[in-house]
Amino acid sequence: MQLINKHNSLKNSANDSKRISLKSKLAIAATGLLSATATETIANEATDEGWYFSASVLAYSETDRVSAVEVIFNAETTIDETGKLNIKFVLDSLTGASANGAITQNTLQTFSRPSGNGQYNIAAGTTPLDDTFKDTRAQLNLSWSNLLSPESDYQYTLGTNISKEYDFQSISLSAELAKGFNQKNTTISGGFSVAAEEYNPKGSTPIGLTSMAIRDNYPTEDVYDLAFDATRGSTSEAINSAELLLGWTQVVNRSTLMQFNYGYADKSGYLTDPFKIVSVVNASGITQDYIYENRPESRTQHSLFGLVKKHLNESIIDFSYRFTSDDWEIDTHTLDLHWKLFADGGSFWEPHVRFYQQSAADFYSTYLDQSEEVPPFISADYRIGEMSSITLGLKYGFEVNKDQRAEVRLEYYRQTPKSVGTERVAGLENLDLYPELDAVYLQVNYYF
Amino acid sequence: MRNLFRKAKLLPLLAMIVTLGGCSSMGVEPWDRDLLAKSSMAINASPLDQSIDDHIYFSKEAASGGRSFAGGGCGCN
Repeated sequence: MQLINKHNSLKNSANDSKRISLKSKLAIAATGLLSATATETIANEATDEGWYFSASVLAYSETDRVSAVEVIFNAETTIDETGKLNIKFVLDSLTGASANGAITQNTLQTFSRPSGNGQYNIAAGTTPLDDTFKDTRAQLNLSWSNLLSPESDYQYTLGTNISKEYDFQSISLSAELAKGFNQKNTTISGGFSVAAEEYNPKGSTPIGLTSMAIRDNYPTEDVYDLAFDATRGSTSEAINSAELLLGWTQVVNRSTLMQFNYGYADKSGYLTDPFKIVSVVNASGITQDYIYENRPESRTQHSLFGLVKKHLNESIIDFSYRFTSDDWEIDTHTLDLHWKLFADGGSFWEPHVRFYQQSAADFYSTYLDQSEEVPPFISADYRIGEMSSITLGLKYGFEVNKDQRAEVRLEYYRQTPKSVGTERVAGLENLDLYPELDAVYLQVNYYF
Repeated sequence: MRNLFRKAKLLPLLAMIVTLGGCSSMGVEPWDRDLLAKSSMAINASPLDQSIDDHIYFSKEAASGGRSFAGGGCGCN
């Protein structure tokens, strides 16, 4: 997808002995993730000067909900002039509360924990959040790209991604081929990716559409356990996905680039969120029951992406638009604008604004009316409901010394879920069924 | 009818792509690539930011991908 820029590999020759030492150690650590043969080959080919490292630390915080910390370490080297190896390691830790899908009520609500061990109460007038959300995730990406043969116009990229968290794991493989035409002013690319993912939630996955068993409604622990176990399905559920991505990158003139992509993604398997429920309400809007959500077992998404990048006198404008449409009837539009303003001494300021809008999945429902028949698929997860969001950000980058630079980025994100229509039952008018969500994140990048 | 409406929404993009049919006349000579060769002008000039944004939006919104593979790799909720 990217234009080949061999010149990048020629920059930053190291002449500081201390830094070379650090880079050597990091290079050995990075290649330690590979097989012995690969390590030997890379060690023979790559010199200290050939490794470029970058690292990022992210602190993310939502008001009253999730907090996360993420660390990324990236190492890249060029082998035999045209081969490029990239190794990325990501570690993140999330904690806090996540909306469980139930609607706010005028009375206290009690829910069972997803594992069945214990329960939690939500005060009247408060959005039900499950506050046991806690996870640590580790991810490793490897990517290798090279020309098909020396002087070839074809460049291939092979990649793999492995991710593991407490109750979820995934592995993916990707392959991409790009060809440059017209003195490399035009690049056409095609890629394919397959992924296998697996859920192993504590207490097994719930059986969709069954009622949540709550300890308070049962006389003894044993009777409750039996009722809870009756709502449990498999201990492990899988998702398989395949993707196709076609791209076209075009140099327009000395200062302007354009890119167009078409993407097709097909997912099948357990696409339900095992932690989400739906409130079942009576004609007065009072919750009578909670049922576990249930989503279709396949989803197909088409995406169109267009980007224009223009170098102005002292700045660069990067503007993109994305349209996606899937067979759950979710259509989305995303506008993204970055404006990089160069300042003195190699520093820059970069304001960022992003608008996003999505329509609801055809089986999305904020709640289920007790008098209605239970549909085969239902979810009250606001993330597949009608929603818009805006992001405002500012980044500052500067050169620490000749070979090292740093960036600090602050982003503010606001989500505004919307009602999918008029409320079908009375008694919900004074309740906030579509709470907004605010998040702020601070990120520091270091390149060395 | 709904499908027809959805297809109609794709027309502006299709028109844009057709307009680009004459792209063989676009482009620059190798010696005019001074600005394009800057790392800031790379299509994905900030892969660290992109990786973090993709992760956040993947876990908060219904759509993913477009710029690159839609991916996944987290049971985010």
